[in-house]
Amino acid sequence: MLTLFKKTFQRGWVNFVRNSGISIATCFIIGMTIFLISSLFLFKDVSHFLISGLQEKIDVSVYFKDTAQENDILAVKDEVSQIPEVKEVKYVSKEQALETFTEKYKDNPVIMASLAEVGNPLFAALNIKAKQASQYQAITNFLANVPQKDLIDKVDYYQRKPVIERISSISATVNIIGIIFSLILGIVAVLVAFNQIRLAIYNSREEIGIQRLVGASDWFIRGPFLTQGAISGAMAGLATFLVFGFSVFLLSSKFTILFPGFNIFSSFLSKFWLYFLIQLFAGVGLGVLSSIIAVRKYLEV
Amino acid sequence: MIKFQNISKIYSKNHLGSIIKVALDNVSFEIEKKEFVSIVGKSGAGKTTLLKLLLAEEGPTKGRVFFDDQDVHKIEKSKIFKLRRRIGTIFQDYKLLPTKTAYENIAYVMEVMGYEDEAIKKDVPEVLKIVGLADKANNFPAELSGGECQRVAIARAMIHRPDVIFADEPTGNLDPYNTSEILKLLLNIHQLGTTVILSTHNKEIINSLGRRVITLEDGKIIRDEKKGRFIL
Repeated sequence: MLTLFKKTFQRGWVNFVRNSGISIATCFIIGMTIFLISSLFLFKDVSHFLISGLQEKIDVSVYFKDTAQENDILAVKDEVSQIPEVKEVKYVSKEQALETFTEKYKDNPVIMASLAEVGNPLFAALNIKAKQASQYQAITNFLANVPQKDLIDKVDYYQRKPVIERISSISATVNIIGIIFSLILGIVAVLVAFNQIRLAIYNSREEIGIQRLVGASDWFIRGPFLTQGAISGAMAGLATFLVFGFSVFLLSSKFTILFPGFNIFSSFLSKFWLYFLIQLFAGVGLGVLSSIIAVRKYLEV
Repeated sequence: MIKFQNISKIYSKNHLGSIIKVALDNVSFEIEKKEFVSIVGKSGAGKTTLLKLLLAEEGPTKGRVFFDDQDVHKIEKSKIFKLRRRIGTIFQDYKLLPTKTAYENIAYVMEVMGYEDEAIKKDVPEVLKIVGLADKANNFPAELSGGECQRVAIARAMIHRPDVIFADEPTGNLDPYNTSEILKLLLNIHQLGTTVILSTHNKEIINSLGRRVITLEDGKIIRDEKKGRFIL
């Protein structure tokens, strides 16, 4: 069995070397396919970063009436924290709100003078961040039914609703476009790679016919083609991994200027083995699968 | 051993839709084990079609072909290689593997049969020597002349000592000296107990053999003689 495997591999390797022109073209096409698939993975990370960055920037504030005691507010905070959709709840007391406001407008004498006259007009509040923009409506509905609802002066969700909904819809659209784009590119790439291997095997159709006529079994014929496909795929996978890693490294600084706080090279390194295995297996899988389908067609003699 | 029973083969349509050619018309004959049979006929008489039908490369329009009492066209596609391994074929157009050297073309059949490396290394150079191509072992078919290719094809057909050798015009591209050498080779193989079917339109060969001759004309058998001569 081992000898058979060794011989099949040798024959596949000889085919690979002797048809070096076609082999290199096949490696190139498979490599492009893997590169594209890997880029889509990286694109997913970039879009995830952008969307979560946008979502970080939005929250809803619940303002409490002056009659509300800190205990009541903290009780609401505890209850809201229990909701699975809630990511973070921050309590801002009346005093903290005034402090932030004063800090912000300390250079505006008119506001500062008015403030000195009326005292502290600000309300204590809870700033709530949801895990996803689409979940704010559910949180607002929950707040309308808490026992302390009479202590709530207003929830500013309704003022922010259009912005939140827009961000929510942009996130969903970006995700859907990403998935559709990935699918289309993925299918096109696989078809191109498959066609390249089919063309390479098409050149050998006469040879396959002769092999059949001199008594070779189906698997004896298939073996070297599958090995050849696997070798092309593995080589393409390894070469792409190196080129991809190097490209990401070179582009990393440019990306950091575009998206501050996001480093694509770190993102690549954090999934180093995942990328390596995906590229290697995608290459070998693509090579072998295309070979199986293509050889099948010419085994009819 | 081999039986063609009421075989007709009609190539009905080409891809443009018409042209009907009757390659074989109700042909029946039998070949015994260890027999040496020549099949003669003009080009297009149906000699190569007989080979294609025997190898199950093509199916008959009517009739049946038996090899050791087994209908070859009832064998599953995936198992047909077992039949083909028992028939050493010398094709008119050689059918050598273009990406393999002369040595590898011959060794390939032994590999297919599952021979050990040692046996391959011993037998292939010997056979190459017999067909006079010891110095061309590492040449690819494109680097060989027609006659040399034909000799590689002959070496490939006999290397695994098959039960039957079907030689379709094996001397078509050879000079008289090589022709007689190949004929001697086929006779030697036959002496060792192999059934030989020789398809040719070389008059001298047939007349010098003095063995069974089946004559085909327009797809029909017009003569089948025990000690035949070339009459067309």
